[in-house]
Amino acid sequence: MKKTSNFILTVVLAFLFSLALPWWSVMLAAFLAGAIVRLRNVSAFFVPFLAIALFWIVYAWTLSSANDFILAERIAVLLYLKGNTFALFLLTGVVGGLSAGIAGVFGNQVRAAFSQQHS
Amino acid sequence: MKWFKLILSGLLCAAIAYALNNRIGQIPALGKFLAPQQGIWQNETSSHGAAEVAIPGLQAPVEVFYDEALIPHVFAQNDLDLYRTQGYLTARHRLWQLEFQTHAAAGRVSELIGAAGLDFDRTQRRKGMVFGAEQALETMKGSPEMEALLMAYRDGVNSYISSLDPADYPVEYKLLDYAPEPWTMKKTALLLMYMTDMLAGGESDLENTNFLKKYGKERFDLFYPDFYDIVDPIIPKERDWSDWEVEVPEVPEGDFPMEFTSSTMPKPNPNNGSNNWAVGPDKSATGNAILANDPHLGLKLPSIWFAMQLATPKKNTFGVTLPGAAGIVIGFNNHISWGVTNAQRDVKDWYKIKFQDDSRNAYWHDNQWKATNKRIEAIDIRGAETYYDTVVYTHHGPVSYDHTFKGNGEQTGYAMKWVGHLGGNNQQTLLELNAAKNYDDYQAALQHYVAPAQNFIFSSTEGDIALWIQGKFPNKWKGQGKFLLDGSRPEHDWQGFIPQAHNAHVKNPEQGFLSSANQHSVDSTYPYHVFDDGYEAYRNRVINDFFRAGDKFSVQDFKDLHNNNYNLRAAEMLPTLLEQIDRTGLSDKELAVLDEVSQWNYYNDYEKTAPTIWERWGIRLNYMIWDELSEDSLSMDFPSSYQSIYLLKNHPNDPFMDIMETEEVETARDLYLKSFKKAMEDLETIESRNGHYQWGPYKATYVGHLLQDLPAFSRLNLPIGGNAGIVNATSRNHGPSWRMIVEMSSPPKALAIYPGGQSGNPGSKYYDNMVDTWAAGEYLDIVFMQNAQQTDKILFTTTLKPQQ
Repeated sequence: MKKTSNFILTVVLAFLFSLALPWWSVMLAAFLAGAIVRLRNVSAFFVPFLAIALFWIVYAWTLSSANDFILAERIAVLLYLKGNTFALFLLTGVVGGLSAGIAGVFGNQVRAAFSQQHS
Repeated sequence: MKWFKLILSGLLCAAIAYALNNRIGQIPALGKFLAPQQGIWQNETSSHGAAEVAIPGLQAPVEVFYDEALIPHVFAQNDLDLYRTQGYLTARHRLWQLEFQTHAAAGRVSELIGAAGLDFDRTQRRKGMVFGAEQALETMKGSPEMEALLMAYRDGVNSYISSLDPADYPVEYKLLDYAPEPWTMKKTALLLMYMTDMLAGGESDLENTNFLKKYGKERFDLFYPDFYDIVDPIIPKERDWSDWEVEVPEVPEGDFPMEFTSSTMPKPNPNNGSNNWAVGPDKSATGNAILANDPHLGLKLPSIWFAMQLATPKKNTFGVTLPGAAGIVIGFNNHISWGVTNAQRDVKDWYKIKFQDDSRNAYWHDNQWKATNKRIEAIDIRGAETYYDTVVYTHHGPVSYDHTFKGNGEQTGYAMKWVGHLGGNNQQTLLELNAAKNYDDYQAALQHYVAPAQNFIFSSTEGDIALWIQGKFPNKWKGQGKFLLDGSRPEHDWQGFIPQAHNAHVKNPEQGFLSSANQHSVDSTYPYHVFDDGYEAYRNRVINDFFRAGDKFSVQDFKDLHNNNYNLRAAEMLPTLLEQIDRTGLSDKELAVLDEVSQWNYYNDYEKTAPTIWERWGIRLNYMIWDELSEDSLSMDFPSSYQSIYLLKNHPNDPFMDIMETEEVETARDLYLKSFKKAMEDLETIESRNGHYQWGPYKATYVGHLLQDLPAFSRLNLPIGGNAGIVNATSRNHGPSWRMIVEMSSPPKALAIYPGGQSGNPGSKYYDNMVDTWAAGEYLDIVFMQNAQQTDKILFTTTLKPQQ
């Protein structure tokens, strides 16, 4: 249940922040979601990771498919992915996911430190 | 433990944020680069912009009609609005290129790519590129009307830039992680310098001096003659110059400075050139004059050209623009059409400077010490300290070669004298040509034009055809500027200029056609001294023979000629090779290859194998003749391919035919066999790689991205024949950068194409959509709107409105 809440909250915050803020807003979203909805162990990392990876992949896919993946194919050559657009979407997801995952862990830890002091 | 986890996760968080927000080595800032809301995914669009845009400073609404090739057809109410819109649209579709080319011109590449760009930047600064742009800007500002138009263009570019959010920046900015800066009028001048350098930056004075000092004048004159034994000049030989009163300076007494220079500056690609031709009504199948032009430049994406129609109630012009300059550069209107090829004249000379002492504050000239100026060039380098380069200026120009730069010691240097530094108002010429209605307007427009000197071909609906070789040409004494000159002797200075009216020109010649292809502009009867930086000797003869052989010519003939792959050089040399090569001892395979190439009709078509045999054989042969030059530590140029063939045929026992590293003394005939053996090895390598040695796949023509030919943004292995020295001058990465044919009917009908696309965005379907059409030798039917209501070929419209 908590995992689902954290997931949804991360995506919603990330979406709202993305309207005005740069890329690191996914870290902010995951940090806040992690601090608000605490998760245990590895899920503190993987839930925001998956949330943002999915968000970025879907977002990128939406933009790219509307343009026949013209640029995706070129960037997949540029980044030494041998023109494999699937790999490029995966990389996009991993970059977003990794930064969100770590920010989520940090959010958790801040909350933990904060909670302990008051308990 | 909690605190440890907190601090560790916090540090990790900061580290990853930093790593993904910054460029590391060649890896872009991946967070920024891949984030869908700001990174490259925002560039994944073929959009042509909004239907309505508000632009500050516009006086009246401007309608922009886009056809299916994304060519904008602009209808404005006045010139200021027109050029403001041109600036805006150029930025809209070509922003990164627009800025990058002027950064390159100004020697500011290190700012973007780091220390790897420093040599290039120093060279640009030492050539006086910025100095020249400043001179040109001053000249242009001398005309308040021109200044106002350039300001409008500038403001148009800046309106677009200021409308951008970083997420909207072209993808190259995101890749290199920087932002566009405001456009200035000086950048327009820099762009014009970029073209001047590309087309009038060539010379071989120091190489020639090296050769002269080492081998003497007799050898020099044989290898690098002023005229070939055949000359088919731009201005037909029948032209009589005897009615001109001409003064040419006397050749001064005394010697040239004889100095060896081991390394010289990089030169523009010697293949930079072009074809143009026109037939008058008598030679035209329809009775309308027809004109064609194809400038040969490096094949780049985004293309150097951006096609536009620019109309006001007073004029209506279609053609290609250069991103950064106002108006159409090559094109037509309802009255005239014009095109350009490079004039190749030598307009850059070097003077040996003697400094008073190591301070370089004074130099010796006219028997006295004269003060120098110093210009400190600050070159910003990404990721490193700013580099300061002091360039000394004399009255000749910048002392480009000195003790810090390829020079010969502390108290000497070579100063450059170049028309590129004189300042000129080429913009005026372009804008007047855009509005020209007849020959007189064309002739008047040309008078402002300084450099790079061009062969301006002209035709009109009235049926005139004409050609002016226009530029500002120093009136040189015979031999001046072929070699290093003495910077201390006033008589070695340029002694003035050829009067503009005496620039070679011709109108409506009896032959009924005109053409130019970078060959000699005139024959030896022209009363002024003409020296070149490399005249062509093949394309011109194929073109002129084509028109001499027929009676009437149609647009279809023009297309065929653009795509003509006839290799005249091979046709003139190969029979001799085949006749004289010693076949005793050749293997069956080698004999089969000789047989194969002997069947050839001399057309460099894509699927043929013989052109590859000839190409490898010719290259190997050339290197064997000139091994004395290529293996020397001094920089010296190979003689032209025409003259090399002349020597093989007429001086087969010349000492240069010897290969230095072998014991025996070779003659031309020995070289034929040895070079063939080498070519056989090459063919085997090519065959093992490609499975065959067909010409097209071996040549592998590509159109490369402006940024180091990034393969991701380039088009590789294009199916097109031709080669340098052929009318279809498409070599590996060089060739027809714009092909245009205009029939001067009323209204004119035009066909045109270029190897690129209107959008500079690699994510747009308009980025490279014309490349395949170009490679196939086909054209777009140009939409030439006669008024803003004629919208049947228009796909969408953008209205620019004055911002309230």
